[in-house]
Amino acid sequence: MLEIVKLGHVYGTGPTAHQAIADINLEVAQGELVSLVGPSGCGKSTLLRCVAGLIQPTEGEVRLDGTPISGVPDNLAVVFQDYSRSLYPWLSVRDNVALPLSRKGAGRAEAREASERALGEVGLAGAGEKYPWQLSGGMQQRVSIARALAYTPSLLLLDEPFGALDAQTREDLEDLVLRLRTEHTMTILLITHDIDESVYVGDRVVVLGRNPGHIVADLPVVLEGPREQISTRATPEFVALRAQVAQLVREQINS
Amino acid sequence: MNRRLVRGACGVAGFLVLAEVASRTGLVDPDHIPPVSTVLLRAVQLAADVEFLGHVGTTLTAWALGLAVAIAVAVPLGLLIGSLPWVDKATQPLVEFLRPIPSVALIPLAIMLLPDTLQMKTSVIVYASMWPILINTVYALRDVDPVAKETLRSFGFNPFAVLWRVSLPSAAPFIATGVRVAAATALVLTVSAEIIAGRGGGIGFYTMLVRSGGINTDLLLGAIVWAGVIGILINFLLVRMERRVFRWHSARAEVGA
Repeated sequence: MLEIVKLGHVYGTGPTAHQAIADINLEVAQGELVSLVGPSGCGKSTLLRCVAGLIQPTEGEVRLDGTPISGVPDNLAVVFQDYSRSLYPWLSVRDNVALPLSRKGAGRAEAREASERALGEVGLAGAGEKYPWQLSGGMQQRVSIARALAYTPSLLLLDEPFGALDAQTREDLEDLVLRLRTEHTMTILLITHDIDESVYVGDRVVVLGRNPGHIVADLPVVLEGPREQISTRATPEFVALRAQVAQLVREQINS
Repeated sequence: MNRRLVRGACGVAGFLVLAEVASRTGLVDPDHIPPVSTVLLRAVQLAADVEFLGHVGTTLTAWALGLAVAIAVAVPLGLLIGSLPWVDKATQPLVEFLRPIPSVALIPLAIMLLPDTLQMKTSVIVYASMWPILINTVYALRDVDPVAKETLRSFGFNPFAVLWRVSLPSAAPFIATGVRVAAATALVLTVSAEIIAGRGGGIGFYTMLVRSGGINTDLLLGAIVWAGVIGILINFLLVRMERRVFRWHSARAEVGA
C-alpha cells in the first residue's frame, strides 16, 4: 500500500523558489492501478520523483507498505517514457533486464533466468541476444517493462510510458499492462497525459491541477467486464467518465 | 568508395613517379633527395636490419609505456573532474595553463631531471598524451544522458555504481577517440625525445646517428618512412578496435538516423 501524506516540494530557495506540488494526499491500495492525469506543469514528474525516492520532498512524506520513503525503496521500479535513453545500448536486451537484479545480489544464472522469464511475459521470448537499438520503439518499451517486472517490485511507476508510441502500439501495451497486473500483485501508478488511457487502464483516475500541482479530483473507474480496446471504449460509462476527466483537465488548463 | 580509393592511389603513384623523375633527371640534387626507389629499397633493407629493429623496439616500448601510463592517469582523473563539480572548478585554471605548453619544450627539463632515458621519455609522453584523453573523458562525462543515470538510480544503485555502470560505458567511445589522438601525439613525443636526448636508442636516436655519419639521406628517409608507417598502423589498429568494441555506438547512430 502506498500512502502520500501532505506531500509538497519546493525547488530552490529565496525569490526564485518554485513550488512544484503542494498538499498532495493519496492512498493507493495493494494491487490497485491508479492513473494520474493532468496538464503539463501539474508537477507529475516531481510527484513521481518523490514517490520513487529520487528526490527528497520538502514537505510531507510518502510511505510504502508503512515505511516512509527516504532514498530509493528496494521494492519499487520505474518505467520511463524515453525507452531509448533508459535502456543501455551497450548491453544486450537480456543484460539490460538482468542489470538491476545484480544490485539485489542475484547470481548470474539466476538473473539470466529471471530476465528470460520476464522477456517471455512481455512477448519478447528469444529476443534476449539482441540489442535494444535493433528493436522497434514498442518492443524497446516492452524491454523496459520486462526490466521492471524482473525486479519484482511491489510498486510499479509508469511515467508516461506510451507517450512516444503510435496508437496501435500504445493500445497493445495498455493491454499488456492490464494483463500483467492480473498475474502479479503490484500496485501501479500510471502517469499519463492521455485521458482515454487513464480511464481505460485505471481503477481510479486522479486529476491533477497546476500552480502548484495539486489533486483536483479522485474518480473511481467502474466499467463492466474485462477491458477490451474497442467495446470498452464504446460503453456509456467509459464515454461519460472520459468526458468528465477531459472537462476537469480542460478547466485546469484554462484556470 | 572504390572511386575514392582509385583516385587516392593515382595521387600517391603520381607523386612517387614525379619524385623519382625529379631526382633521376637531376632536377633536385640526388644527394639531398634520393630517388624514391632508392629510399624504398633502403626502407626494405632496414626492415631486415637487426640494429634498426632494435631501435624500433625501443621506440615502441617507450610509446606503449607512456600511453598506458597516460591512460591510467588521465581516465580516473577525468572521471573525478567530470563527476565532481568542485574538483572541476579547482583544477580548471591549472589545466588551462598547463595544456597549451608545447610538450616538446619540456624535453630538456626532463633530460636534466631524469637520468634514465626510458623514464625521461615516458614522462614527456605521459605529459603530452594525457590531455586529449583527459579532456575527452571530462566532456564525455558531462554529456552522459541524465535519463540513463536516473534509470539506474531508480533501481537503487549508488552514485559510484552509476558512474561505473552507466557513465563510464557511455563515455567510453569518446575516451577511446581521445586515446587514438593521444597515441599519435605520443609517437611524435617519443621520436622528439629520442632526437633531443641523443642517447638510449630509438628511431629518433637512429636518425641522429645516420645524420652524424655523413650525407646518407636515403637511409635517413628510409627510417622516416618506417616512422610514418608505424604511425599509420597504430591509427589503423585503434580505429578497428574502436569499431569492434563500440559497435553499439555507431550502430545506434545509424539506426537512429
